[in-house]
Amino acid sequence: MENIGALSILLAFCFAIYAVLASVTGKLAKRPFLMVSGERAVYSIWVLISIAAGILIYSLMSGDYRMAYVAHYSNKAMPAVYKYSAWWGGQEGSLLFWNWLLATYASVVVFKSRGKFREMMPYVVAVMMATQVFFLTLIVFLESPFRVLMAGKRVVDVGDGQGLSALLQYWTMVIHPPMLYLGYVGFIVPFAFAMASLITKQPGEAWIHTTRRWTLVTWMFQSTGILLGAGWAYSVLGWGGYWGWDPVENASLLPWITATAFLHSVMMQEKKGMMKVWNMVLVSATFFLCIFGTFLTRSGVVNSVHAFAQSPIGLYFVVFLSIGITATSALILSRLDFLKSEAQMESVLSRESSFLFNNLVLLASCFAILWGTLFPVISEKFTGEKISVDAPFFNRINVPIALFLMLLTGVGPLIAWRKSSFASLRLAFLWPTVSGVAVDAALIALGVRDVYALISFALCTFVIVSVAMEFVKGANAIASKDKTNFVMSMIELTYRNTRRYGGYIVHVGIIIIFIGFTGKAFDQHVTVEIDKGQTVHLGHYDLLLTDYQQGQNDNYRWEKITIDASKNGQHIGTMEPEKRLYLAKKEPTSVVDIRRRLNEDLYINFAGTSDDGKKIVMEAYVFPLVTWIWVGYWVVLAGTLICLVPPRSRLIFPRTEVVAVTGKHAKV
Amino acid sequence: MKKYWKFGFLIVAILGTLGWLASTGISETKTYYKTISELNGIGDHSDKKLRVAGDIGADSIRREGRDVHFTLIQDKDAEGHPLAKALVLPVVYSGIDPLPDTFKDGAQALADGKLGSDGVFRATKIQAKCASKYEAKPIQAPGSGSRAAL
Repeated sequence: MENIGALSILLAFCFAIYAVLASVTGKLAKRPFLMVSGERAVYSIWVLISIAAGILIYSLMSGDYRMAYVAHYSNKAMPAVYKYSAWWGGQEGSLLFWNWLLATYASVVVFKSRGKFREMMPYVVAVMMATQVFFLTLIVFLESPFRVLMAGKRVVDVGDGQGLSALLQYWTMVIHPPMLYLGYVGFIVPFAFAMASLITKQPGEAWIHTTRRWTLVTWMFQSTGILLGAGWAYSVLGWGGYWGWDPVENASLLPWITATAFLHSVMMQEKKGMMKVWNMVLVSATFFLCIFGTFLTRSGVVNSVHAFAQSPIGLYFVVFLSIGITATSALILSRLDFLKSEAQMESVLSRESSFLFNNLVLLASCFAILWGTLFPVISEKFTGEKISVDAPFFNRINVPIALFLMLLTGVGPLIAWRKSSFASLRLAFLWPTVSGVAVDAALIALGVRDVYALISFALCTFVIVSVAMEFVKGANAIASKDKTNFVMSMIELTYRNTRRYGGYIVHVGIIIIFIGFTGKAFDQHVTVEIDKGQTVHLGHYDLLLTDYQQGQNDNYRWEKITIDASKNGQHIGTMEPEKRLYLAKKEPTSVVDIRRRLNEDLYINFAGTSDDGKKIVMEAYVFPLVTWIWVGYWVVLAGTLICLVPPRSRLIFPRTEVVAVTGKHAKV
Repeated sequence: MKKYWKFGFLIVAILGTLGWLASTGISETKTYYKTISELNGIGDHSDKKLRVAGDIGADSIRREGRDVHFTLIQDKDAEGHPLAKALVLPVVYSGIDPLPDTFKDGAQALADGKLGSDGVFRATKIQAKCASKYEAKPIQAPGSGSRAAL
């Protein structure tokens, strides 16, 4: 079986090379047969990789422990769903998963583009397949998922495997990596179209229109993957936080940041014909950051608690990235003439200017995070000392950036193109500003003194009120004209311009997430050693330790404590955090108990028993507003889905304004 | 180009502020990676933030109130050759974050903190990885240590 798998990916590798050569040759030599053949090769590659993936999955599910990968990541006792997710649980399998997703995306693109974009398609195929060649090289020649265990010349069946780490046997493992991969891999599509449009010297915006949906969907998957990781870290991994600025976390965030910048700056190109070169740079940067993130996670270049086993494939990534970046830069530079802006920046107070500053701070953040993540590597090269920077560095830079972005989120959508005036801004933003100030006044009266938190809440209010006003004004206009009720008017309003109003909803979702982040300024915590019957006070809560139990089942040994929680004197419930020791791999895990409410979470971790075994060590936390992060995600998702709905009216973006019509032919 | 001076000014102001935040951020949080052997070698480290890597000593984890005492062991030198005598560093962790689940005997750990003048390393942050071995050969029978999957 494994031989068929290995053969399939080897064939896929050959076909991918063929696809690149056929597409390019067919285009240059004007041979339609070769171009079509290249596209068909994409489909066959998908079939071949699916066969290989199917074989690996079958081996995992049925427990073929002669295969090294299966023996490493699966075991008999694991539930079926985790046996399936072991597909991406290790290096080789996850690379095969990457390849399969890439082949799937490529096939979908080729299918959806049949009969369209004939000019560009050969190059789109070539770019996608060149990347496929690279990733197939990794699994065909370096890290094959189909290796068997050998003793001398015999294949060994070890009977049972080691299984996935206990930390990974949660439902989040089943969806967090796929979501991230769907986001990472998906960005090749906009990139391929961008490159193809450059190579074929397509005018302006065809590639943007084509890929807008791809970019949004990919961005959505990235966002989902990142927030799932944060949620998982918080609920399951038990260290009380959701983001550690760990190198692997940062690696996933970098392309998300540039993708967000890209989503905004394309609007400048669509509506004003500006930022053309910059958009090419951004889409390329996002794609290469996706590859770079994949590299960072797997190569062991930077120390991380997440890192996969270290392996020599890092060098191959560096080569691929170097070739790719060089080729892309050369291409962009050679096409600068076709990327000239059609308009100029006219005023600092304008929509163009807000997009500019949006991109500026997003890229500054990206650069700072990249710098901080690679600091150990850079400092070692230049000073001989390996120096790392930690969470405070990242927070110090990103909190002001986030606050500035929030301001732009409120101001940007409402400020005029080209030039605005302070007077018109005062009018538009009077109520949002007043609301923001009022909220802060209330908070200060309640005792809040943290400066960043106050600014954050004021800006959040500012944005929410300005978005609400937009919806209300628009809905009222429709309601009075069409005599519909308010709710129907809102729906109609959104439907007429899904991009705009979907975008507003996404902004509100992001703001909600930021409210959740701001709660961190008010975290409370206590670590105690207590006996049964003792009570611990934390904020408004009284926590009474009532019981300690032990037990064992087939999978793990457990210890559990029972806490009676009361708030302001009222009994609110029982919490039972656990510690488990998984027997197969002797891995301990802690299962925290969290009482989630919109205003705050009560989070209790059973850290263990004291050394003399007589007392319980308990860590209790109060995390205000954390749940808003998860709530905000759903709002972002809803907004993105709305953006993807085709609007009722087809929008045309005129670049010139008719200011007058004359009787004679006038010089413009 | 006169109208661009406003943009230029704002851009410089924003980037300048961020750059200043970055450099103060770096100087306040920079943590030097050191192996245990390097710690013993170089002199007075008591005010530098250090990050020390090592394996957690067997049976060395001990709780005393809020503090956790353990030892970090380095048994290979920089080139990977085994040391004649393993280096042992006593560590005390009294931070507020819970210890990671992977923190147990034999696990690879990173301790951030400062080296006290008494030779005990005072850690403010602990990270631990699943006890894993770098598999140099592609084919190896399982059971030679669990490999970190994520």
